[in-house]
Amino acid sequence: MSAFLIRRLLRFVVVCIGVSLVTFSILHASGDPVALIMPEAPEADRAKLRDALGLSDPLPTQFVRFVANAARGDFGQSFFHREPAFGLVVERMPTTLGLTCLAVTLALAIAIPVGIYSAVFRNTLGDHAATAIVFLGQSMPVFWIGIMLMLLFAVQWRLLPVSGWGTWSSMVLPAVTLGAFTTPLFMRIIRSSMLEVINLDYVRTARAKGLSEWLVICRHALRNAALPIVTVTGLQFGLLLGGAVLTETVFAVPGVGRLIVGAIRQLDFPIVQAGVFLLAIIIVSVNFLVDVLYVYLNPTVRLH
Amino acid sequence: MAVMLPRATVAYEVGASIAGGSRAWRRFALNPAALVGSAILLVMVSVALAAPWVAPHDPAKQSLLRRFTPPMWQTGGNAAYPLGTDQVGRDVLSRIIHGARISLLVGVSAVLVSLVVGVSAGLASGFMGGKVDTAIGTVVDVSLSFPQILLALAFVAALGPSLVTIIVVLGLTGWERYARVVRAEVLALREKEFVEAARAIGVGRLRIIVRHVLPNTVSSIVVMSTLQVAQAILAEAALSFLGVGSGNAYPTWGQMISLGRDFVTVAWWLATLPGLAILVTVLAINLVGDRLRDALDPRTI
Repeated sequence: MSAFLIRRLLRFVVVCIGVSLVTFSILHASGDPVALIMPEAPEADRAKLRDALGLSDPLPTQFVRFVANAARGDFGQSFFHREPAFGLVVERMPTTLGLTCLAVTLALAIAIPVGIYSAVFRNTLGDHAATAIVFLGQSMPVFWIGIMLMLLFAVQWRLLPVSGWGTWSSMVLPAVTLGAFTTPLFMRIIRSSMLEVINLDYVRTARAKGLSEWLVICRHALRNAALPIVTVTGLQFGLLLGGAVLTETVFAVPGVGRLIVGAIRQLDFPIVQAGVFLLAIIIVSVNFLVDVLYVYLNPTVRLH
Repeated sequence: MAVMLPRATVAYEVGASIAGGSRAWRRFALNPAALVGSAILLVMVSVALAAPWVAPHDPAKQSLLRRFTPPMWQTGGNAAYPLGTDQVGRDVLSRIIHGARISLLVGVSAVLVSLVVGVSAGLASGFMGGKVDTAIGTVVDVSLSFPQILLALAFVAALGPSLVTIIVVLGLTGWERYARVVRAEVLALREKEFVEAARAIGVGRLRIIVRHVLPNTVSSIVVMSTLQVAQAILAEAALSFLGVGSGNAYPTWGQMISLGRDFVTVAWWLATLPGLAILVTVLAINLVGDRLRDALDPRTI
C-alpha cells in the first residue's frame, strides 16, 4: 500500500512539473511578451523591461524561476489590473467550484435514478428515450444550451435573471446549463456500470435469497457500480471545468473561467498562467485523490 | 517450414478481418440510426463543398435596410431570406451554409493531426516500453490535466488566431485517447502468435509495427476518429464563441452564436439556428460513430 502511495505521489509531482512547463510555455508562445505590454515603446525601453522581468535570461533559468515562484503562488502582476494575478484568480475560485459542485449534484440527482432505470429496464421504451437524451445532450455545445435556456426562462417567460451571480435565482440557469452538459455523461457511465454488475453471480445470489429487487439494486449492485462512477468523475473533471468556463462566459458569472477568457482576450499573461495553472493543479489533485480512494475502495487493485 | 508459418498466419488474420469487415459493414448499413446519420453527413458535406453555389446570398453582404428580418414563417419574414437576417442585414442561411465549411474542415483536419501524433505515440509506447513508455505516459497525463478548451484558447491567442493555428492546437490537445487506446492494443497484439512468428523469422521491428500490428488497430482508430471529429467540431465552435476564431473574414457557427447572444432579446433566431446546425452535424457524426463501434466490436462477431 505505501509503495503504491509513494509511486503515485512521485507521478503526481512529475505531472505537476509537466503542468508548469506547459503553463510556462504559454507566455513564450506569444513570441515577445514585452511587445504586448508596451507596443509603442522604443526598443531601449523594451529591453529594460525585458531585463527587469527576467525575460532575457536563458529559458531553463526562467523556467526554474517560474516553478519556484508558482510554488509560492507568485505569477507576477496582472498587466491589466495591476494587482498580483494569483490573488485575482484565487478570489474567484469559490464561485467556479461552487458552480461546478451545484452542477454535479444536479447531474447526479438526475443521472443516478435514470441510469439505474435504463440498466434495469434495458431495451424498453424508457431506456431508448434515455439513450436518445444522452445522444442529444452530448451533441449540443454547452454555451448554446445556456443561451437557449436564457432565451426561454429569462427573455421569453421572464422567470429568472439573464445573467449575474449571487442571488439564488441567478444561480439557477448557470447550474442547470452545466448540469445539462454533465448529466448525459453520468447517465451513460451509470447505465453501463450497472449493466456490468447486474447479472453477476453475487447479485443473483442476493435475489435468490429473497431480497426485494429494490434492495438488491441499491445495496448490492449500486455499491459496486459506484467505483467506475468515481473514477470517471475524476477523469472528466477537466471537461467539467472547461464546461464551467463556457457557462460562466454565457451568464457573466464572475468566476475563474470568465476571468481567464477576458485575460486571454487582453493577452494578460500573468492571469492566464495563474488561472490555467491553478485549474490544472486542481484537476491533477482530484485525479490523485480518486486513485488513492479507488485503492481503498477496491482491495483487488492493491495487488498490482 | 519455419518460413511458411508466419505467412500462413498473416494470411489467416487478413482473411478474417476482411470477412469480419463485410459482416460489420452489413450490420452498419442495416441500422436505421446509422443510415440517417450518414445521410445527414452526406448532405452536410455536399452543402459545405458547394457553399458558394448553394447559398442564396453572399454571406458577407450587409444591408442596413434589412436588419433583423425574422425567419420567413414569422410575421415580417421574407422568403428571400428563409432564416432571416442578422444585426447588419446579412442572410443567416447563407452564413450557416458557409459556416459548415470551417466546422467540417477544422473538425477533420484537427483529428488528422491528433491521429498522427496519438497513433505514433501509442505505437512507440506499446512497442518500446520502458523509459519511452513512461515518458509518453507522463506527457499524456500532463496534457489530460488541463481543460482542453482553456489550453487551446490560451495557445491560439498567444500564437495569433488563424485557421492553421486552430487546427494544430486542437489537434495537439486531443491526441491522448489515440495514444492510450493504441498502446493498449499493441500490448495485447504483441503477444499474439502471428507477431511472435514474424519476430521469429527476423522481421524488423518497424516492419512488424507497420505491416502486422497497425492494420489490426484500424477498426478502433476509425471508430475513435469519428467520435473525435464530433468533439473537435464542438471545440472549434467553443473557440470561435469565445472570440478566438479564425478571424471575422469567414462566418463560423460559434461566432454566429456569440453575436446572436448579444441580440438574444430582439432576434431569437440569430443564436438558435447556428446552434441547431452544430447539433444536427455533431449528432449525425455521433450516431455514425456509435453504430460503427457496435458494428466493429469484435466481441459481438
